[in-house]
Amino acid sequence: MSNDTLEKPRAAAPFGGRPSMRRIPWRSLAIVVPFLAVFIALTIGSPAFFSAQNIGNVLDRQSGILIVAAAATLVLIAGGIDLSIGATYMFTAVICGTIIVRVGGETGAALGIIAGILAGLIVGLLNGVISTYLKINPLIATLAMSFIILGATKLVSQFGKEGIGQIRVDVPEFRWLALTKPLGVSLPTWIALVVLIVLGVILWRTTFGRYVYAAGGNAEAARLAGIRVNVVRITTFALAGTAAGLAGVIDLARTPSAPENDAIATTLTFTVLAGIVVGGTSILGGEGAVWRTVLGILFIAMLYNGFTLLRIDPLFQGIALGMIILVAVGFDAWSKFRRT
Amino acid sequence: MPHTAAAVAPQLLVELRGAGKSFGGVPVLTGIDLRLEPGSVHALVGENGAGKSTLSKIISGVYTIESGRLLIDGEEASFSSPREALDRGIATIAQELALVPELTVAENVFLGREPRTLGFINRRKLRRDYLAIAESTGFELDPDATVGGMRTADQQKVEIMRALARGASLIIMDEPTAALSAHDTVLLHGVVRQLAASGRTVVLISHFLSEVLDLADTITILRDGRLIRTAPASEETDSSLIEGMLGRSLGSVFPDKPDVVSQGEVVLRVTDLVAPGVYGVSFDVRAGEIVGLAGLVGAGRSEIAHAIFGSVAIAAGTVEIEGVETSGSIPGALKSGIFLIPESRKEQGLVLGRPIRDNVTLSNMGQIATGGWVSAGVERRASRSLLDRVTVAGDDRRNVSALSGGNQQKVLFGRALQRSRKLLIADEPTRGVDVGSRRAIYDLIVEQAANGIGVLVISSDVEEVIGLAHRVLVVRGGTIVGEFAGRAMTEENIITAAFADPIMNGSE
Repeated sequence: MSNDTLEKPRAAAPFGGRPSMRRIPWRSLAIVVPFLAVFIALTIGSPAFFSAQNIGNVLDRQSGILIVAAAATLVLIAGGIDLSIGATYMFTAVICGTIIVRVGGETGAALGIIAGILAGLIVGLLNGVISTYLKINPLIATLAMSFIILGATKLVSQFGKEGIGQIRVDVPEFRWLALTKPLGVSLPTWIALVVLIVLGVILWRTTFGRYVYAAGGNAEAARLAGIRVNVVRITTFALAGTAAGLAGVIDLARTPSAPENDAIATTLTFTVLAGIVVGGTSILGGEGAVWRTVLGILFIAMLYNGFTLLRIDPLFQGIALGMIILVAVGFDAWSKFRRT
Repeated sequence: MPHTAAAVAPQLLVELRGAGKSFGGVPVLTGIDLRLEPGSVHALVGENGAGKSTLSKIISGVYTIESGRLLIDGEEASFSSPREALDRGIATIAQELALVPELTVAENVFLGREPRTLGFINRRKLRRDYLAIAESTGFELDPDATVGGMRTADQQKVEIMRALARGASLIIMDEPTAALSAHDTVLLHGVVRQLAASGRTVVLISHFLSEVLDLADTITILRDGRLIRTAPASEETDSSLIEGMLGRSLGSVFPDKPDVVSQGEVVLRVTDLVAPGVYGVSFDVRAGEIVGLAGLVGAGRSEIAHAIFGSVAIAAGTVEIEGVETSGSIPGALKSGIFLIPESRKEQGLVLGRPIRDNVTLSNMGQIATGGWVSAGVERRASRSLLDRVTVAGDDRRNVSALSGGNQQKVLFGRALQRSRKLLIADEPTRGVDVGSRRAIYDLIVEQAANGIGVLVISSDVEEVIGLAHRVLVVRGGTIVGEFAGRAMTEENIITAAFADPIMNGSE
């Protein structure tokens, strides 16, 4: 309870800065401009970049990460964060692969796909419950969960491989998932497109989407408006887990061996968060959009692709990405500061 | 040096000349002339929002003055932080104590200024210095006890000793006895007198008028950011202080109250309600009736509202709407027809980063969405019609943070109007709202009552409560201590009931 509003600077009118400056939607421009700039620069700088083959390859490779990032965007907007998506992604791939190896045939493939996605859903639900009803900060909760999941991954994978090495599922009953190309575009790209549109529309035009923004923007106000904030947050975690499961399955079909390297999980989590943040979704919740994350992830992918095409030492990729994240987040903080 | 500081303190004369301060263009203090004599207890009294805290924060370096001058020992001073004020010998003992609970009494007293030898804390000297200070105050506290487990009164003593250890010559005490028992209050009064006797200045902010009259040498009355008068305590009485704090009525800023059918149906019935901060509250609100909940900040008014609304758990008692017990959850309360406009619209009411449109429809999305799908046209029309009813003009796709305080409050009223309600609770509906919007909000409240809705208005502004309500309940210490209606509903009656004597309160 505050003593009284008048005696606090909080009571100050929320205006500041010149009106003309305020009308420009700085935050909307944040990702679009650099995205287009790099896209045009690469098209001019490298003839190989703007070819159906190269763009198709980039999209195919990014489909898994785009699916995860789109769902993780909802988690962030609702005021949470999920550091376990990379681990979940690997875990579900291993579950899927193990079942395919063990059961075999079309049944194995179908069961593997379902089990992989379900495992993702369960992990997501757990993350949600732990970080809401059990009141453990989502950062810590999902960090801890990712260690647990990585351990569980190794436990499961023992059943799916012979001796040392990785689980390999190079069977046509399963690999069609990655190799089919309806209308000349890979199936993973199509799946990603559908998921992105569905999640984007959910956020933009549904009651649930509004609740996600409200839960992250002002949880107490949302609660007093009658919104079950915990349920909303758990649902976002469940979506992220399911998306990680789907992505794990898709990438397993693409490669076709289950990765079993903690660094891959960590890199996926980091890249997803980087893409979300570079896209302009606030890490503090309440703001953001799926299309932003798509641009953010593709921006990073394009940058990496450009480095390869232009034969720049990959050493600089990480440095460049890190600096871009700092600029993006700094810009976010600056635009917030200007508004208040 | 700490142990000399405790004996006879260097005297410090603090003066304000024409001091003014405003927040976001709203003046909260204007033309304050004040002289704080060393060796005296100077009390600041006024209603909530009169400017007492702002004034004390200017002296203690939290705020800087915008106009006028701050003089220390006759020289103009300007503090850019509380730290600088502290270095000049000005310390504040705030309502929320700032101690490190894990450390001991002696460590807290010397926090940040521990006697050191070669970088290590010299425990023996720490103890010796502590005992010197403790002796000068007469406090008997174990220097090695951990502060976290101590009673509030004892923690307050630690704070006072810390101020003395830092050589404070002027000590600001903000509601020092609000959390104390009767016995500890008497002890603290002794300490205050002793501090003044040793040549220090004590600035006392208190809601308890008897305490003020008893302790202070000089009393300054503030009202609406202006200094009404400064006079010796011996020339003031309870009623002269109340009169000064309230001032003259500003005329009719309130709409006519709608007639209530005295036999009207009971909309809300609260029976023996116990919840956090609420200790056994029973009352009724009839259809079309406006009931005011008056009392001081922290008396338990908002807590009662939240218990009714289901946003905190009820420990005992019942809340009934038209005879049906509520389910004790917010969605349940909304379903049964209760709507709460919370106390802090920025922290509890609005999602500031979202458009006005989203905010006005937030608690009743079902009306603009079918099967979870928001229909753009229905949403636009619903938002526009609600905003028209509460007179908020302009593009509703703007962020709600772009609106003035008054219009933000109207957006929350718009939310309330979206569905037919049975009980509307408005907690501090005009806090931080400009005069123009104020009348519009009063009209909305009265309109609701005229439509047969029971209204519960919570306000720290006694004038507002009287101007709006048919009946006023006064809350103190989480219970209802008075009920006034008709002619008995006067500012004097309400204020007298709200300002309880702490000693009487403690012995109850």
